[in-house]
Amino acid sequence: MATHSIKVTVNGTEHTADVESRLLLVHLLRDKLQLTGTHIGCDTTHCGACTVILDGEPVKSCTVLAVQADGRQVMTVEGLEQNGALHPIQEGFTQEHGLQCGFCTPGMMMTSYALLARNPKPSELEIREAISGNLCRCTGYVNIVKSVQYAAAKGA
Amino acid sequence: MIPAPFDYHPASSLGEALTLLERYGDDAKVLAGGQSLLPILKLRLGRAGHLVDISRIAGLDYIKEDGGFLKIGAATREAELERSDVVRKKYPILDDTTAVIADPLVRNRATVGGNLAHGDPGNDHPATMLALGAQVVASGPKGERTIPIDKFFTGLFATALAPNEILTEIRVPTPPARSGGAYIKLERKVGDYATAGAAAQVTLSASGEVERAGIGLTNLGPTPIEAVEAEKYLKGKKPDDAAISEAAKLAAKAATPTADRRGAVDYKREMARVLTARALKLAVQRATGRA
Repeated sequence: MATHSIKVTVNGTEHTADVESRLLLVHLLRDKLQLTGTHIGCDTTHCGACTVILDGEPVKSCTVLAVQADGRQVMTVEGLEQNGALHPIQEGFTQEHGLQCGFCTPGMMMTSYALLARNPKPSELEIREAISGNLCRCTGYVNIVKSVQYAAAKGA
Repeated sequence: MIPAPFDYHPASSLGEALTLLERYGDDAKVLAGGQSLLPILKLRLGRAGHLVDISRIAGLDYIKEDGGFLKIGAATREAELERSDVVRKKYPILDDTTAVIADPLVRNRATVGGNLAHGDPGNDHPATMLALGAQVVASGPKGERTIPIDKFFTGLFATALAPNEILTEIRVPTPPARSGGAYIKLERKVGDYATAGAAAQVTLSASGEVERAGIGLTNLGPTPIEAVEAEKYLKGKKPDDAAISEAAKLAAKAATPTADRRGAVDYKREMARVLTARALKLAVQRATGRA
Protein backbone atom coordinates (compact mmCIF):
# COMPACT_ATOMS: atom_id res chain seq x y z
CA MET A 1 0.00 0.00 0.00
CA ALA A 2 1.29 3.36 -0.98
CA THR A 3 2.14 5.97 1.58
CA HIS A 4 1.30 9.61 1.14
CA SER A 5 3.49 12.54 1.91
CA ILE A 6 1.29 15.11 3.63
CA LYS A 7 1.69 18.61 4.95
CA VAL A 8 -0.56 19.63 7.83
CA THR A 9 -0.45 22.83 9.84
CA VAL A 10 -1.14 22.05 13.48
CA ASN A 11 -1.53 24.92 15.95
CA GLY A 12 0.25 27.19 13.50
CA THR A 13 3.24 24.92 12.87
CA GLU A 14 3.60 23.15 9.56
CA HIS A 15 4.39 19.45 9.79
CA THR A 16 5.23 17.02 7.02
CA ALA A 17 4.71 13.30 7.44
CA ASP A 18 4.65 10.14 5.37
CA VAL A 19 1.45 8.36 6.29
CA GLU A 20 -0.35 5.18 5.37
CA SER A 21 -3.75 5.78 3.78
CA ARG A 22 -5.52 4.24 6.73
CA LEU A 23 -3.83 6.36 9.42
CA LEU A 24 -6.47 8.31 11.33
CA LEU A 25 -5.98 11.99 12.08
CA VAL A 26 -6.11 11.33 15.82
CA HIS A 27 -3.20 8.89 15.51
CA LEU A 28 -1.18 11.35 13.45
CA LEU A 29 -1.66 13.90 16.21
CA ARG A 30 -1.03 11.62 19.17
CA ASP A 31 1.51 9.11 17.89
CA LYS A 32 3.49 10.97 15.24
CA LEU A 33 3.30 14.56 16.50
CA GLN A 34 3.18 13.60 20.19
CA LEU A 35 0.21 15.89 20.79
CA THR A 36 -1.52 13.67 23.32
CA GLY A 37 -3.97 16.29 24.55
CA THR A 38 -6.46 14.99 21.99
CA HIS A 39 -8.02 11.91 23.58
CA ILE A 40 -9.41 8.73 22.10
CA GLY A 41 -12.61 7.75 23.87
CA CYS A 42 -15.13 5.55 22.11
CA ASP A 43 -13.23 5.41 18.80
CA THR A 44 -16.64 5.00 17.09
CA THR A 45 -17.69 8.60 16.30
CA HIS A 46 -19.92 8.92 19.36
CA CYS A 47 -18.13 10.54 22.27
CA GLY A 48 -16.29 13.56 20.85
CA ALA A 49 -13.23 13.19 23.12
CA CYS A 50 -11.07 13.36 19.98
CA THR A 51 -12.60 16.62 18.72
CA VAL A 52 -10.16 18.94 16.94
CA ILE A 53 -10.74 21.90 14.70
CA LEU A 54 -10.16 21.24 11.01
CA ASP A 55 -10.23 24.35 8.84
CA GLY A 56 -12.37 26.14 11.42
CA GLU A 57 -14.89 23.36 12.03
CA PRO A 58 -14.88 20.99 15.01
CA VAL A 59 -14.68 17.36 13.85
CA LYS A 60 -14.12 13.95 15.40
CA SER A 61 -10.51 13.16 14.55
CA CYS A 62 -11.07 9.41 14.98
CA THR A 63 -13.30 9.62 11.91
CA VAL A 64 -11.05 11.63 9.61
CA LEU A 65 -8.07 10.15 7.76
CA ALA A 66 -4.77 11.91 8.32
CA VAL A 67 -4.37 12.14 4.56
CA GLN A 68 -7.68 14.02 4.38
CA ALA A 69 -6.06 16.77 6.46
CA ASP A 70 -3.33 17.25 3.83
CA GLY A 71 -2.90 20.95 3.14
CA ARG A 72 -5.31 21.91 5.93
CA GLN A 73 -5.21 23.67 9.26
CA VAL A 74 -5.71 21.71 12.46
CA MET A 75 -6.07 23.14 15.94
CA THR A 76 -5.84 20.94 19.01
CA VAL A 77 -6.22 21.65 22.71
CA GLU A 78 -2.47 22.38 22.84
CA GLY A 79 -3.16 25.40 20.66
CA LEU A 80 -5.42 27.14 23.18
CA GLU A 81 -2.78 28.39 25.61
CA GLN A 82 -0.74 31.30 24.29
CA ASN A 83 2.59 32.37 25.84
CA GLY A 84 1.82 30.67 29.12
CA ALA A 85 -1.58 32.32 29.49
CA LEU A 86 -4.64 30.11 29.60
CA HIS A 87 -7.28 30.73 26.98
CA PRO A 88 -10.55 32.06 28.49
CA ILE A 89 -12.14 28.69 27.68
CA GLN A 90 -9.48 26.87 29.72
CA GLU A 91 -9.89 29.45 32.48
CA GLY A 92 -13.66 28.89 32.37
CA PHE A 93 -13.31 25.13 32.80
CA THR A 94 -11.03 25.62 35.83
CA GLN A 95 -13.05 28.43 37.44
CA GLU A 96 -16.45 26.79 36.96
CA HIS A 97 -15.37 23.20 37.70
CA GLY A 98 -16.17 22.17 34.14
CA LEU A 99 -14.51 18.80 34.64
CA GLN A 100 -14.16 15.97 37.09
CA CYS A 101 -12.06 13.26 35.44
CA GLY A 102 -11.08 15.52 32.55
CA PHE A 103 -11.22 12.93 29.82
CA CYS A 104 -13.84 14.71 27.72
CA THR A 105 -12.40 18.15 28.43
CA PRO A 106 -10.10 18.64 25.41
CA GLY A 107 -12.97 17.76 23.06
CA MET A 108 -15.43 19.91 25.01
CA MET A 109 -13.06 22.86 24.84
CA MET A 110 -12.43 22.54 21.11
CA THR A 111 -16.14 22.34 20.36
CA SER A 112 -16.70 25.36 22.61
CA TYR A 113 -13.89 27.25 20.90
CA ALA A 114 -15.51 26.74 17.50
CA LEU A 115 -18.93 27.66 18.89
CA LEU A 116 -17.68 30.97 20.34
CA ALA A 117 -15.81 31.78 17.15
CA ARG A 118 -19.09 31.51 15.25
CA ASN A 119 -21.42 32.76 17.95
CA PRO A 120 -19.67 34.85 20.65
CA LYS A 121 -22.79 35.16 22.85
CA PRO A 122 -24.56 31.81 22.66
CA SER A 123 -27.69 31.08 24.68
CA GLU A 124 -27.66 28.15 27.09
CA LEU A 125 -29.65 26.14 24.55
CA GLU A 126 -27.16 26.94 21.79
CA ILE A 127 -24.30 25.80 24.03
CA ARG A 128 -26.11 22.58 24.89
CA GLU A 129 -26.85 21.91 21.22
CA ALA A 130 -23.25 22.63 20.20
CA ILE A 131 -21.80 20.16 22.72
CA SER A 132 -24.43 17.49 22.06
CA GLY A 133 -21.82 15.42 20.21
CA ASN A 134 -19.44 15.53 23.18
CA LEU A 135 -20.20 13.11 25.99
CA CYS A 136 -19.28 13.68 29.63
CA ARG A 137 -19.76 10.61 31.81
CA CYS A 138 -19.13 12.47 35.08
CA THR A 139 -22.45 14.20 34.34
CA GLY A 140 -20.84 17.58 34.45
CA TYR A 141 -22.91 19.26 31.77
CA VAL A 142 -24.26 21.96 34.09
CA ASN A 143 -20.76 23.10 34.96
CA ILE A 144 -19.53 22.65 31.40
CA VAL A 145 -22.24 25.02 30.21
CA LYS A 146 -21.20 27.49 32.94
CA SER A 147 -17.59 27.18 31.80
CA VAL A 148 -18.51 28.10 28.25
CA GLN A 149 -20.61 31.00 29.52
CA TYR A 150 -17.61 32.17 31.57
CA ALA A 151 -15.47 32.17 28.43
CA ALA A 152 -18.17 33.97 26.43
CA ALA A 153 -18.39 36.67 29.12
CA LYS A 154 -14.61 37.11 28.91
CA GLY A 155 -14.89 37.58 25.16
CA ALA A 156 -13.22 34.32 24.12
CA MET B 1 -9.33 0.82 15.86
CA ILE B 2 -7.39 0.85 12.65
CA PRO B 3 -9.02 -0.05 9.36
CA ALA B 4 -7.63 -2.83 7.18
CA PRO B 5 -5.19 -1.45 4.59
CA PHE B 6 -6.57 0.40 1.60
CA ASP B 7 -5.23 2.93 -0.82
CA TYR B 8 -6.49 6.49 -0.88
CA HIS B 9 -7.05 8.46 -4.05
CA PRO B 10 -7.91 12.15 -3.81
CA ALA B 11 -9.78 12.94 -7.01
CA SER B 12 -9.39 16.48 -8.26
CA SER B 13 -12.21 16.26 -10.80
CA LEU B 14 -15.35 14.23 -11.37
CA GLY B 15 -13.75 12.73 -14.48
CA GLU B 16 -10.76 11.55 -12.47
CA ALA B 17 -13.03 10.06 -9.81
CA LEU B 18 -15.02 8.17 -12.44
CA THR B 19 -11.82 6.87 -14.06
CA LEU B 20 -10.65 5.59 -10.67
CA LEU B 21 -13.98 3.87 -10.03
CA GLU B 22 -13.84 2.29 -13.47
CA ARG B 23 -10.30 1.05 -12.76
CA TYR B 24 -10.96 -0.44 -9.33
CA GLY B 25 -14.57 -1.56 -9.79
CA ASP B 26 -16.12 -3.31 -6.82
CA ASP B 27 -12.94 -2.89 -4.79
CA ALA B 28 -13.43 0.89 -4.65
CA LYS B 29 -15.63 2.97 -2.39
CA VAL B 30 -16.48 6.64 -2.74
CA LEU B 31 -15.35 8.70 0.25
CA ALA B 32 -17.11 12.03 0.82
CA GLY B 33 -17.63 12.96 4.48
CA GLY B 34 -16.59 9.51 5.66
CA GLN B 35 -18.88 9.58 8.70
CA SER B 36 -20.47 6.24 7.81
CA LEU B 37 -17.72 4.72 5.67
CA LEU B 38 -14.80 5.21 8.07
CA PRO B 39 -16.63 3.66 11.07
CA ILE B 40 -17.57 0.68 8.87
CA LEU B 41 -13.94 0.21 7.80
CA LYS B 42 -12.70 0.65 11.37
CA LEU B 43 -15.20 -1.82 12.78
CA ARG B 44 -14.37 -4.12 9.84
CA LEU B 45 -18.03 -4.46 8.98
CA GLY B 46 -16.94 -3.90 5.41
CA ARG B 47 -13.75 -3.45 3.48
CA ALA B 48 -12.48 -1.64 0.40
CA GLY B 49 -9.16 -1.81 -1.37
CA HIS B 50 -9.43 1.74 -2.65
CA LEU B 51 -11.10 4.90 -1.40
CA VAL B 52 -11.84 7.55 -3.99
CA ASP B 53 -12.11 10.87 -2.14
CA ILE B 54 -14.55 13.19 -3.91
CA SER B 55 -14.51 15.86 -1.19
CA ARG B 56 -11.76 17.86 -2.90
CA ILE B 57 -13.61 18.13 -6.19
CA ALA B 58 -14.66 21.74 -6.75
CA GLY B 59 -18.31 22.39 -7.53
CA LEU B 60 -19.95 19.41 -5.84
CA ASP B 61 -21.22 21.39 -2.85
CA TYR B 62 -24.00 23.88 -3.46
CA ILE B 63 -27.59 24.60 -2.50
CA LYS B 64 -29.55 26.51 -5.12
CA GLU B 65 -33.04 26.85 -6.51
CA ASP B 66 -33.02 26.33 -10.24
CA GLY B 67 -35.59 25.24 -12.82
CA GLY B 68 -38.30 24.28 -10.35
CA PHE B 69 -35.95 22.34 -8.09
CA LEU B 70 -33.86 22.84 -5.00
CA LYS B 71 -30.57 21.43 -6.23
CA ILE B 72 -28.19 20.13 -3.61
CA GLY B 73 -24.67 19.15 -4.60
CA ALA B 74 -24.01 15.66 -3.30
CA ALA B 75 -20.91 16.70 -1.34
CA THR B 76 -22.79 19.44 0.53
CA ARG B 77 -22.17 19.02 4.25
CA GLU B 78 -25.14 18.63 6.55
CA ALA B 79 -23.92 21.68 8.47
CA GLU B 80 -24.27 23.77 5.30
CA LEU B 81 -27.83 22.59 4.81
CA GLU B 82 -28.52 23.50 8.43
CA ARG B 83 -27.27 27.04 7.87
CA SER B 84 -29.04 27.57 4.54
CA ASP B 85 -31.64 30.37 4.54
CA VAL B 86 -33.55 28.95 1.59
CA VAL B 87 -33.82 25.55 3.29
CA ARG B 88 -35.00 27.08 6.57
CA LYS B 89 -37.61 29.28 4.88
CA LYS B 90 -38.95 27.05 2.12
CA TYR B 91 -38.06 23.46 2.97
CA PRO B 92 -38.78 23.08 6.70
CA ILE B 93 -38.89 19.29 6.35
CA LEU B 94 -35.24 19.34 5.25
CA ASP B 95 -34.38 21.63 8.14
CA ASP B 96 -36.10 19.20 10.55
CA THR B 97 -34.15 16.32 9.05
CA THR B 98 -30.65 17.69 8.99
CA ALA B 99 -30.97 18.92 12.59
CA VAL B 100 -31.45 15.36 13.88
CA ILE B 101 -28.74 13.62 11.86
CA ALA B 102 -26.06 12.33 14.22
CA ASP B 103 -24.60 15.31 16.11
CA PRO B 104 -23.19 18.74 15.19
CA LEU B 105 -19.60 17.48 14.93
CA VAL B 106 -20.56 14.68 12.57
CA ARG B 107 -22.69 17.11 10.55
CA ASN B 108 -19.59 19.22 9.90
CA ARG B 109 -18.23 16.32 7.83
CA ALA B 110 -21.23 14.23 6.76
CA THR B 111 -22.68 14.91 3.33
CA VAL B 112 -26.25 14.86 2.04
CA GLY B 113 -25.25 12.66 -0.90
CA GLY B 114 -23.54 10.18 1.38
CA ASN B 115 -26.59 9.96 3.60
CA LEU B 116 -28.55 8.73 0.55
CA ALA B 117 -25.90 6.76 -1.36
CA HIS B 118 -25.02 4.70 1.71
CA GLY B 119 -28.44 3.03 1.42
CA ASP B 120 -28.82 2.71 5.18
CA PRO B 121 -32.51 2.45 6.18
CA GLY B 122 -31.49 4.10 9.47
CA ASN B 123 -30.36 7.27 7.74
CA ASP B 124 -32.72 10.23 7.88
CA HIS B 125 -32.61 11.90 4.46
CA PRO B 126 -34.05 8.92 2.55
CA ALA B 127 -37.51 9.14 4.20
CA THR B 128 -37.57 12.89 3.69
CA MET B 129 -36.54 12.63 0.04
CA LEU B 130 -39.22 9.97 -0.51
CA ALA B 131 -41.82 12.31 1.01
CA LEU B 132 -40.57 15.15 -1.18
CA GLY B 133 -40.55 13.05 -4.36
CA ALA B 134 -36.92 13.96 -5.01
CA GLN B 135 -34.64 12.74 -7.78
CA VAL B 136 -30.96 11.97 -7.64
CA VAL B 137 -28.45 12.51 -10.41
CA ALA B 138 -25.96 9.70 -10.99
CA SER B 139 -22.85 10.52 -13.00
CA GLY B 140 -21.09 7.69 -14.78
CA PRO B 141 -18.68 7.11 -17.64
CA LYS B 142 -21.47 7.70 -20.16
CA GLY B 143 -22.76 10.89 -18.58
CA GLU B 144 -25.60 11.66 -16.22
CA ARG B 145 -28.86 9.90 -15.52
CA THR B 146 -31.67 10.88 -13.21
CA ILE B 147 -33.11 8.33 -10.80
CA PRO B 148 -36.44 8.95 -9.05
CA ILE B 149 -35.89 8.47 -5.33
CA ASP B 150 -38.61 5.79 -5.13
CA LYS B 151 -36.48 3.66 -7.47
CA PHE B 152 -33.20 4.38 -5.69
CA PHE B 153 -33.22 2.18 -2.58
CA THR B 154 -33.01 -1.42 -3.75
CA GLY B 155 -32.06 -3.28 -0.57
CA LEU B 156 -30.21 -3.10 2.72
CA PHE B 157 -27.21 -0.82 2.03
CA ALA B 158 -27.97 -1.23 -1.69
CA THR B 159 -28.96 1.44 -4.19
CA ALA B 160 -29.59 1.77 -7.91
CA LEU B 161 -26.10 3.30 -8.33
CA ALA B 162 -23.75 1.18 -10.43
CA PRO B 163 -20.23 0.62 -9.03
CA ASN B 164 -18.87 3.05 -11.65
CA GLU B 165 -21.38 5.81 -10.84
CA ILE B 166 -21.26 8.67 -8.36
CA LEU B 167 -24.28 10.41 -6.92
CA THR B 168 -23.63 14.06 -7.80
CA GLU B 169 -26.84 15.98 -7.17
CA ILE B 170 -30.15 15.76 -5.35
CA ARG B 171 -33.15 17.53 -6.89
CA VAL B 172 -36.05 18.39 -4.66
CA PRO B 173 -39.11 19.73 -6.50
CA THR B 174 -39.88 23.24 -5.25
CA PRO B 175 -43.17 22.83 -3.40
CA PRO B 176 -46.14 24.74 -4.83
CA ALA B 177 -48.21 27.14 -2.71
CA ARG B 178 -50.10 25.60 0.24
CA SER B 179 -47.38 23.00 0.83
CA GLY B 180 -45.79 21.96 4.08
CA GLY B 181 -43.64 19.18 5.41
CA ALA B 182 -42.18 17.81 8.61
CA TYR B 183 -39.79 15.12 9.77
CA ILE B 184 -40.13 13.61 13.21
CA LYS B 185 -37.59 11.18 14.60
CA LEU B 186 -37.74 9.16 17.79
CA GLU B 187 -34.23 8.59 19.09
CA ARG B 188 -32.87 7.27 22.36
CA LYS B 189 -30.25 10.00 22.57
CA VAL B 190 -28.64 12.64 20.39
CA GLY B 191 -26.62 10.98 17.67
CA ASP B 192 -28.50 7.69 17.66
CA TYR B 193 -30.15 6.19 14.63
CA ALA B 194 -33.92 6.43 14.68
CA THR B 195 -35.94 3.97 16.71
CA ALA B 196 -38.49 5.09 14.13
CA GLY B 197 -38.90 8.18 11.99
CA ALA B 198 -41.58 9.64 9.74
CA ALA B 199 -41.42 12.28 7.02
CA ALA B 200 -44.55 13.89 5.59
CA GLN B 201 -44.93 16.43 2.81
CA VAL B 202 -48.38 17.66 1.73
CA THR B 203 -49.75 20.07 -0.83
CA LEU B 204 -53.32 21.29 -0.37
CA SER B 205 -55.78 22.61 -2.94
CA ALA B 206 -57.34 26.08 -2.61
CA SER B 207 -60.36 24.45 -0.99
CA GLY B 208 -58.19 22.58 1.49
CA GLU B 209 -58.12 19.01 0.17
CA VAL B 210 -54.88 17.07 -0.16
CA GLU B 211 -53.54 17.31 -3.70
CA ARG B 212 -50.37 15.43 -2.98
CA ALA B 213 -49.09 13.63 0.09
CA GLY B 214 -45.65 12.08 0.42
CA ILE B 215 -44.82 9.87 3.40
CA GLY B 216 -41.47 8.23 4.12
CA LEU B 217 -40.41 6.04 7.03
CA THR B 218 -36.97 5.69 8.64
CA ASN B 219 -35.50 2.49 10.11
CA LEU B 220 -38.74 0.58 9.86
CA GLY B 221 -37.64 -2.05 7.35
CA PRO B 222 -34.63 -3.23 5.31
CA THR B 223 -34.91 -0.14 3.09
CA PRO B 224 -36.35 3.34 3.56
CA ILE B 225 -40.10 2.93 3.04
CA GLU B 226 -42.58 5.04 1.12
CA ALA B 227 -46.06 4.60 2.63
CA VAL B 228 -47.79 4.49 -0.73
CA GLU B 229 -51.23 3.32 0.50
CA ALA B 230 -51.34 6.09 3.09
CA GLU B 231 -50.41 8.65 0.42
CA LYS B 232 -53.16 7.39 -1.90
CA TYR B 233 -55.73 7.39 0.89
CA LEU B 234 -55.13 11.05 1.70
CA LYS B 235 -55.42 12.29 -1.86
CA GLY B 236 -58.58 14.37 -2.35
CA LYS B 237 -59.48 14.30 1.35
CA LYS B 238 -59.58 17.09 3.89
CA PRO B 239 -56.58 16.40 6.16
CA ASP B 240 -58.62 16.40 9.38
CA ASP B 241 -57.84 14.31 12.47
CA ALA B 242 -59.85 11.33 11.23
CA ALA B 243 -58.13 11.23 7.82
CA ILE B 244 -54.69 11.68 9.38
CA SER B 245 -55.39 8.95 11.88
CA GLU B 246 -56.43 6.53 9.12
CA ALA B 247 -53.43 7.44 6.96
CA ALA B 248 -51.12 6.86 9.94
CA LYS B 249 -52.59 3.37 10.40
CA LEU B 250 -51.93 2.61 6.73
CA ALA B 251 -48.35 3.87 7.07
CA ALA B 252 -47.81 1.59 10.07
CA LYS B 253 -48.99 -1.34 7.93
CA ALA B 254 -46.25 -0.53 5.40
CA ALA B 255 -43.60 -0.81 8.12
CA THR B 256 -41.67 -4.06 8.40
CA PRO B 257 -39.41 -3.43 11.39
CA THR B 258 -37.20 -5.95 13.13
CA ALA B 259 -36.65 -6.17 16.87
CA ASP B 260 -33.39 -4.84 18.25
CA ARG B 261 -32.10 -2.91 21.25
CA ARG B 262 -34.21 0.05 20.16
CA GLY B 263 -37.45 -1.84 20.56
CA ALA B 264 -39.76 -4.72 19.71
CA VAL B 265 -41.55 -5.12 16.40
CA ASP B 266 -44.99 -4.13 17.74
CA TYR B 267 -43.57 -1.08 19.51
CA LYS B 268 -41.81 0.14 16.38
CA ARG B 269 -44.90 -0.35 14.24
CA GLU B 270 -46.94 1.60 16.78
CA MET B 271 -44.29 4.34 16.69
CA ALA B 272 -44.60 4.38 12.89
CA ARG B 273 -48.29 5.17 13.35
CA VAL B 274 -47.78 7.81 16.05
CA LEU B 275 -44.91 9.57 14.28
CA THR B 276 -46.66 9.55 10.89
CA ALA B 277 -49.73 11.17 12.48
CA ARG B 278 -47.56 13.82 14.16
CA ALA B 279 -45.57 14.53 11.00
CA LEU B 280 -48.75 14.81 8.91
CA LYS B 281 -50.36 17.15 11.43
CA LEU B 282 -47.34 19.44 11.49
CA ALA B 283 -47.03 19.29 7.70
CA VAL B 284 -50.66 20.40 7.32
CA GLN B 285 -50.18 23.17 9.89
CA ARG B 286 -47.19 24.41 7.95
CA ALA B 287 -49.07 24.16 4.65
CA THR B 288 -51.83 26.34 6.06
CA GLY B 289 -49.48 28.82 7.72
CA ARG B 290 -50.41 27.74 11.23
CA ALA B 291 -46.94 26.56 12.19
